[in-house]
Amino acid sequence: MPANDSPGSVIEDGVAKDAAPISSAEAAPEAATRRHVVDEPPRAQLEQKLYEPRRAVHNRRIDGPFRRFKWAMMAITLTIYYGTPWLRWDRGPYAPDQAVLVDLAHRRFYIFAIEIWPQEFYFVAGLLIMAGIGLFLVTSAVGRAWCGYACPQTVWTDLFQHVDRFVDGDRFARQKLDAAPWTWGKALRRAFKWSIYLAIGFWTGGAWIMYFADAPTLVHDFWRGEAAPIAYITVAILTLTTVTLGGFMREQVCIYMCPWPRIQTAMLDEKSLIVTYKDWRGEPRGSVKKAEKAPGEFGDCIDCTYCVQVCPTGIDIREGPQIGCITCGLCIDACDRIMADIGRPRGLIDYATLDDCKAEAAGAPPRSPWKSILHPRTIAYFLIWGSVGAGLLFMLGARSHLALSVAPDRNPPFMLMSDGSVRNSYTLRLRNMQSRPRRMEVALDGLPGAVMWSDTIDRKNAAARQQFTVPADQLLTVRAYIVAPKDTPSHDFTMTLTSLDQPREHDRETVRFTGPGE
Amino acid sequence: MANKRIDAPTGTATVGHEWDGIEELDTPLPRWWLWTFYLTILFAIGYVIAYPAIPMLHRGTVGMLGWSSRGALAKDMSAADMARQSSLERIAATDLDKLPANPDLLRQAVAGGSAAFKVNCVQCHGSGAAGSKGYPNLNDDDWLWGGDLKSIHTTLEHGIRQPGDDATRQSMMPGFEGMLDAGQMDAVAQHVLSLSRKAKPSPQGGQLFAQNCAACHGASGEGNRTLGAPRLNDAIWLYGGTKEDIVRQMIRPRMGVMPAWGGRLDPVTIKMLAAYVHSLGGGEQTPAMATVTSAEVGKVQAAPAGADTPAQTPNARK
Repeated sequence: MPANDSPGSVIEDGVAKDAAPISSAEAAPEAATRRHVVDEPPRAQLEQKLYEPRRAVHNRRIDGPFRRFKWAMMAITLTIYYGTPWLRWDRGPYAPDQAVLVDLAHRRFYIFAIEIWPQEFYFVAGLLIMAGIGLFLVTSAVGRAWCGYACPQTVWTDLFQHVDRFVDGDRFARQKLDAAPWTWGKALRRAFKWSIYLAIGFWTGGAWIMYFADAPTLVHDFWRGEAAPIAYITVAILTLTTVTLGGFMREQVCIYMCPWPRIQTAMLDEKSLIVTYKDWRGEPRGSVKKAEKAPGEFGDCIDCTYCVQVCPTGIDIREGPQIGCITCGLCIDACDRIMADIGRPRGLIDYATLDDCKAEAAGAPPRSPWKSILHPRTIAYFLIWGSVGAGLLFMLGARSHLALSVAPDRNPPFMLMSDGSVRNSYTLRLRNMQSRPRRMEVALDGLPGAVMWSDTIDRKNAAARQQFTVPADQLLTVRAYIVAPKDTPSHDFTMTLTSLDQPREHDRETVRFTGPGE
Repeated sequence: MANKRIDAPTGTATVGHEWDGIEELDTPLPRWWLWTFYLTILFAIGYVIAYPAIPMLHRGTVGMLGWSSRGALAKDMSAADMARQSSLERIAATDLDKLPANPDLLRQAVAGGSAAFKVNCVQCHGSGAAGSKGYPNLNDDDWLWGGDLKSIHTTLEHGIRQPGDDATRQSMMPGFEGMLDAGQMDAVAQHVLSLSRKAKPSPQGGQLFAQNCAACHGASGEGNRTLGAPRLNDAIWLYGGTKEDIVRQMIRPRMGVMPAWGGRLDPVTIKMLAAYVHSLGGGEQTPAMATVTSAEVGKVQAAPAGADTPAQTPNARK
């Protein structure tokens, strides 16, 4: 730090003199412009903004293949989200008939033919792993396609932007209305628009709670004011977050809040598809007229800024790939349309990999982005993703619908009966995962002469095998007493559980019988 | 040092510091972030006003809502009491003998008894109810005073050898010091052991047993529950099963006591304790009720269990 930078004094030739404060840019201009020689604004003009207001994005209407794909994705994702809870799936009289249901109260998770119990939550963990690796897979194949088309933030932002357009008109009308002073007309328009926001938000929150209870019953209860308080609270919170995130935050979520753009910048490489502006073809920019006057001087970009106007996150793709670019392709639609109008080849802005860009800049013909999808990294991700999925499917197919778990009493570990025989107590848990009551038999194996009774079976009926009826889709807890002849030593034995109906299924557990001797 | 400038590629100001040629951009925060920050400050102020927050000299500020963690606990406890109230009332209204006919209610009684046992009984009988030398094991099938629900309930209510309770379990074993000599005592002990085939029979001991002991303990040592005289022909020994233990018991008999819980615990708790002790595995059926109860239990078992019985709760607390 130069000594003369301290305010109020200047040291000159070792002598401090009082002087007016001066800025470093004035005091040492050569230091300020050491690396950036050109365009350096004087120190006085430096902006001192600590906070900046959001610049509203009013994206212009556009039509084209990517816009139509976005429409289709929006239709599909919203239909899935709003419609799924209303699908029915017959599971018989003992289980709910909603196809997708997260039954938190009874701790059951139903997805069509699959029913998951809490202890099988690894299936859900597996699905989450697949979703995670799926994002890697999609990113390595087609870049930030998730961001551009399928992310809920993108879909709902898109929906709200269409509401804006429907109420206030296209980009320029909306910009004009934003700048216009508040009048009754503007207030009325805003109230109308925000009430549509609220309706969408409410519907979004309302659809969410349908996944957690029987949808028709819940709708009925909800409107009669009889649903659980948590239902109303959830709807209120989700209405608020939907309106805030989709109606007002929009691209700010992608730029400031979401970790995914950051993760993806680390995952993209020179073989990943990105939406890019082909600067070697477009620069220097010049209007059609200028190009006509000086052929060969200018590139293909006529600087019409149509690509900027249609962008839902309000960025300029010509500045290169950036965190705000969700690769939705709307700028491609816009640019292609302009290029067609002025008779130049399409694809000035296009999906391409950095490798392709380099080759193309060096003179190679443009390569179809489809050819970039298959490369080793994509295949590796696909194999990992596929094997996790196959593993899950295998486990799902191979899992048993009954299970036995045995917990020996440890206090007291054993009990001497009056005739000298040894009794151990166990807590048995018989699990029936079928939607019907099942008759099951528990048998003792490896404990000669032992008999068993339980809290519901009298000691008079003690035997080496006992039958229980396990209620549909439930766990039956049985307190079992097993008595073995006098002087039975401590050793392991096996309890087996067998279903007495079809399909025949078994489970077994090895447990310890404790006696007075070793 | 304050070498601030506009970074040309981004159009953003730098913070003005430089480390080995690396500079930092001073990107302005989004304004909504600022508003969010102000909102959290407002929330904090509101929280401080509404809830206990600032520590003062003797106690903290109370807060407008009057919330306290002790108050919240009391509220939770009374809510739990309210939730238990209906099953307690049902247990109170049900005759003890009828309890096994209602498995759902029995389960609740056993669970409630288990909790009360942990508070009142484990000091002597142990947390697993296995007892120890001198304190009876409640898991086994050997009962001094009877192992059916009614008998257990009576023992609980009036205790054993409790002064001041007329209905208390009362019995007395005389000490034989001075009445029998050491050899005679040894012979009697040998006879007692022979009842459970742990020693060879002793004719002299058998004769002495018939004269001195059989009145209470029975001719073959089968005991007498009315008198609280222990069975001597089984494998369970409250004060030890060696010859020395038996002789010691004859010289200076030990007779355990148990508090009468009738005046200390409420009737429902005693009922639940009886159900719990009965459920430990050695419970016997009430003689008169035996057949009825068994049939009723069978009927309940056979009924379809799918309906709306919460099968996750049964016995889970055991």
